[in-house]
Formats: sequence, structure tokens, C-alpha cells
Amino acid sequence: MKTRSAMTDLKIRASQNVGLLTAIAIFAVFYIFYNLNHPRGFSTAVLIQNSNEVYALAMVAMAQTLPVLLGGLDLSVGAVMTLVNTLASHVLNGTPFEMFLGFLACVAAGAACGFVNGCVVVYGRLQPIIATLATGAVYIGFALFLRPSPGGDVDGDLSWAMTNDLFEIAATYGFAENGEAAWFKTIAWIPTPLVLLILTAVLIWMPFRRSVTGRTVYAIGSGEGAAYMSGLNIDRAKIAAFTLGGLFAGLGGLYLALQTSSGNADIPQAGAYTLNSIAAVVVGGTSLLGGVGTAVGSIIGALVLRTISFNFRIFEIDPLLQPLIEGFVLLAAVSLGALRVLKVKNTLELFR
Amino acid sequence: MSSLESTETKRFGISITPENKPIVIASGFVLVILAIGTGYTLATQGTATLLSPTYLLQQLQVGSFLGIVAAGMMLVILLGHIDLSVPWTVAASAMMATAVGGPAAIPVGLTVGLTVGLVNGFGVAYLRIPSMIFTLGVNAVMRGLMVAHTGGFAPQTAATDLMQWLAVGKVLGIPVAILVWAAVSVGMTVLLSRSAVGKSIYMIGNREAAAYLAGIPTRRVIVAAFALCGMASGLAGTLLAGYSTKAYQGMGDAYLLPAIAAVVIGGTHILGGRGRYLGTVVGVILVVLLNSVLSIMQLPEAGRQVIYGCVIILMLLVYGRGQKVTQ
Repeated sequence: MKTRSAMTDLKIRASQNVGLLTAIAIFAVFYIFYNLNHPRGFSTAVLIQNSNEVYALAMVAMAQTLPVLLGGLDLSVGAVMTLVNTLASHVLNGTPFEMFLGFLACVAAGAACGFVNGCVVVYGRLQPIIATLATGAVYIGFALFLRPSPGGDVDGDLSWAMTNDLFEIAATYGFAENGEAAWFKTIAWIPTPLVLLILTAVLIWMPFRRSVTGRTVYAIGSGEGAAYMSGLNIDRAKIAAFTLGGLFAGLGGLYLALQTSSGNADIPQAGAYTLNSIAAVVVGGTSLLGGVGTAVGSIIGALVLRTISFNFRIFEIDPLLQPLIEGFVLLAAVSLGALRVLKVKNTLELFR
Repeated sequence: MSSLESTETKRFGISITPENKPIVIASGFVLVILAIGTGYTLATQGTATLLSPTYLLQQLQVGSFLGIVAAGMMLVILLGHIDLSVPWTVAASAMMATAVGGPAAIPVGLTVGLTVGLVNGFGVAYLRIPSMIFTLGVNAVMRGLMVAHTGGFAPQTAATDLMQWLAVGKVLGIPVAILVWAAVSVGMTVLLSRSAVGKSIYMIGNREAAAYLAGIPTRRVIVAAFALCGMASGLAGTLLAGYSTKAYQGMGDAYLLPAIAAVVIGGTHILGGRGRYLGTVVGVILVVLLNSVLSIMQLPEAGRQVIYGCVIILMLLVYGRGQKVTQ
């Protein structure tokens, strides 16, 4: 009897997360396929390279998740990422203490951008999409002030340690017997960006989601009026959501600086990251109507988007055809949502 | 409520109704920008360049491309949707028009836009995929098609003479591009305020379910609006190719966000259902003049971006504020 109810429980949970489960399945299929066909598939080197390419997009996708959960959209995530990227290229060097201060400054800058977005949305009572369109222009302006032309100086050791596996961290900073300790061997192969990704999700996203503020974000997305009447602090939750979004986007920019050892106020790149973040959020099973989805789903969405491009490299598809295939895959992925239309019994249900 | 407002407008002429307020304020801001710019040129060069008819006509000519895109975008925003496929619809129309050449160039450019619009409309209206993400996907596909077609380089084909004349030619001293924009504007005004389709667009923007129950073929109206938006992008792309005598990669990128900004600055509600076409025209003029004055002042790109963003927020804070949720 007990197992049966556990089964039904599992079934309900699965049916509530169809989008996310589909995304995980697509990712698993594509990624295993990629590794099977890669000459050095299932090796640490490949995994490190892939995690490096994923981290920034995954962060920006997590950043986008929060406004989307509120039922809005943030067009400034790419701009915040770019701004923090340019800031990091100035401050991530010097003594370890200076670098630590620089790291804090970068995180604070990202969160501050998000906080400003939140305040404009809450106190200015503007629609998020249009408010962030404007603040995004401002942040890009600041980024251009900081880096009129690409360049910068990021500490080489830090950059090397953060974009490789755990062994390189230990070897660079000399702990666990320079990474040779027996106990360390079992985890030394794990790519650092992958660890950072999991840490960000577990240490920042999970506690937020479980908090009252986090649950208020979901409640606002489902029905702002109902959330208000339930006595939830709507303003605080909205500002917190945008601030956290800015923080995530900032972490993405910070990592991009470590990865490229430089800063670049690249406007097309900022736009591309913003648009890809929306795609990743949707592919990850989050509803653009708000109230449904998780930031973990968005990470999966980012993984799916990136894995598709990984496969291009293996099969030496004509580079000129790659954008077309990417476009069709993206369109097909988001069109999966259209299956809902077939299930609708009453036409009125369509007009939600 | 909308009928009440329109009778009020008729009775008092151009009195400041909630619908007209954004237009009045935005127009005032256009004058402020002109005044600041003129003050700057008087102080530095001793001439009031900005007030000369040549300068103003030139700005309107540059603005007409944005104006045409914004006109189409407004239809879609009034529905409560958005069209993010503008950049590569513009580029694809321009590339196809120049590739075909000859007398068929302009019809081909418009057809490309129309086709993209129909696909967008089908996805949004019948498949019920949020426009935000569906048009984003269509934009990616169009980009892929064009990269495959051109090999990633700017196509070598040139715009036809007719396209160039439409973009840079002059009739009685007035640039033809402005006349094209004016024609589109007349069409938009008639469509929005005099036609059944226009009324349906406002109704769908307010509540699609109610419009459907009132017997409006909402899905067909949505497809029509997206088709017109696509055609507007196609027309803008064709003209733009004429303006620069050729098509190139990414030529439409600079038109998406300014078009949305112009529509919203003009008082159209981003969630749909409210807004007048005149506002969009004023919004376009504001965006174009702001950019022009900032470049006359020789501000670096960084400063222009910051001021541009701040002005949009400021304008919206004055009249674009939403209702506080209290129930």
C-alpha cells in the first residue's frame, strides 16, 4: 500500500516536470552520443573543455530564471554579465587579498545591477521587459567606460586553476600534497567549473527556493493578486529575485573573465547571451507565464544548447550550416510546448 | 472603457486624455532635446544646425526605416505579443531583394517579410507558443538560412535603382523614404482606428478570451498582425538595402530594441490593448533625435548608451507606471 502511494507520488512529480525531464533526456542522449563519437570521448580533458564552455551560459540562464518565474523577462542579463566581465578584468590581480577584494567587488557589482533592476520594476512600477531593456543599455554603457577596447589583466594562476580540474587548483596553490595525496586522487579529475556550477546551485539557489522569499517568487508568478492577499511581501520578493538574478549574471561574467583572461564590452555577445538565456530557460522546462520551473532546469537547458554545438564539431558539419541547424533545433525544442494544444478540450483554455 | 475615452477625445478635440498624455509629454521631450542640441551647437559652432530644414528632413529620412519597423512592431505589441525576429527578417529581405534584383526585387523583399510573419503568426496563434520564444527561434532559423545562403559574408549583389530611389531619392525636396513612411502611417492609422481588424487587435490585447467569446476570429487576427509586422520589417529591409546600396550581415540588429523602445515611449502598453499610432511616430522621432544629438555632442559610445537608457526609464517613469496590485 505504501509503495503504491509512493509510486503515484512519483508519477505526479514526473507529470509536473515533463519539460525538465525531457530536457534531461535530450541532454543525456546528445552528450553520450557526442562522447561516443569523440576520439577522446569520456576523458577528463573533454569534460573540462565542455564545462568551461557551459558555465557562463548556465549562470546567465539561472539569472534569467528568476524574472521569468515572476512572469517577467530580464533583457539585461547579458549586459550585467558583460559589465562584471569588464570589471573583473581590472580587479582580478595583485596579492591574494586584493584578488579576494576584487572578487567581492565583482559579485557586489552584479548583485547591485540586479538590485537596481528590482527597484525600477517595483518602485517605478514598470514592466520588467521594458525596464531591463533600458537598464541593460546603461550597464553596457558602464562596461564600455571600463573597457573601451578588449583587454585586461587577470591573474594567470587563478585563471589556470579555475578553468581546469581540481588537481590543478591543488597543484597551483599547494594543498593536498600538491594534489598528489591518495585521498584526493578520487576527486582530482573533476573539472572546477562543474564544481562551481553545482556549488552555485546547491549553496545559493536551493536555500533561496526553500525560503519564504523564494516561495513568494513562485506565488507571484502564479497569481500576484492572490500572493498579495495572502499577506506575502511582494516587493521584497521581487527585489530579492532580481538581485539574485544580477548576482548569477555577475558570476557568469566573472567566470568569462577568468576563462578569457580579459574583459570585453562586446555588445553583440551580450545580446546573444541574453537571447540564449531565454532559450535555455524555456528548454529547461520553465514556463514563460511564470510560477513554474527551477533554475536547475535552466542549467540543463544551457547544457542542451551547448551540447548541440559540441556535436557539430564532431561531425564536421559545414560551419555555414551550423546556425541553420541550431536554429531549427531551438525552434523544434520550443515547439514541443505546442503539444499542449492537442490536449485542450475547451477552446477557451487556449487563451491563458 | 475604450469607447468612453474615444467619445471624450472627440468632444474635447486634443484634450489630454490618458491616451494622449504620453504623446504630449514625448512631443515636449522632443522639443527639449532639440533645444539642448541647439544650445550646444550655438555655443560651440555659433549656428543652429538642428533647426535647419535640411537637418530635420535628414533625421526623418534616417528615422523612416525605424519608423516602418516600429509600425509593424506596434501591431504585435498591441496584441500583447512581441516580435523578436525583426533583425534577421530585415536582413533576409534585404539580401533576397538584392540577390533577385530587377523589377522583382521589392516584391521579393516584401514576400520574405510576409512569409516570416505568417510563420510567426501560425506559431503564436495556432500552436500557442509564447511569441517571445517562438519569434526568437524563427530569428535563429532566418539567421541560419542567410548564413548558409551568403557564406557568412556580405553579399556582392547591389540594390536596384528603384530601391535606391525609394531610400535616398527626393520628390520636391522631400526624401522619398519619408513619403513611404507617411504612406505606411496613413495605412496604420486607418487600420487601427477605422477598421474592424484594428478594433479586434485592441480587444485581443485587452483579453483574448473575451474577444473570442465576442465572436472575433482571434487566431486569424493574430496571424494577420504578425504578417503585417513581418511585411513592415521586409519593407524596412528593402529600403535599408537601397540606402546602403547593398545588404550585409547583421544589418537589422540595430532595429529591434529601438523599435520596441519607440513603441513603448509612444505610450503603447507593453502588455497590449492600449496605445495610439501617433505616439509611435513621436517615439521614433524621439529615439532618432536623441541618438543624433548625442552623436553631435561627440559623446563616446559609453555615454550615449547610459543616457539613452536613462531617458527611456525617465520617460516611462513619467507616464508608463502600472497599477499597484492591491487585490
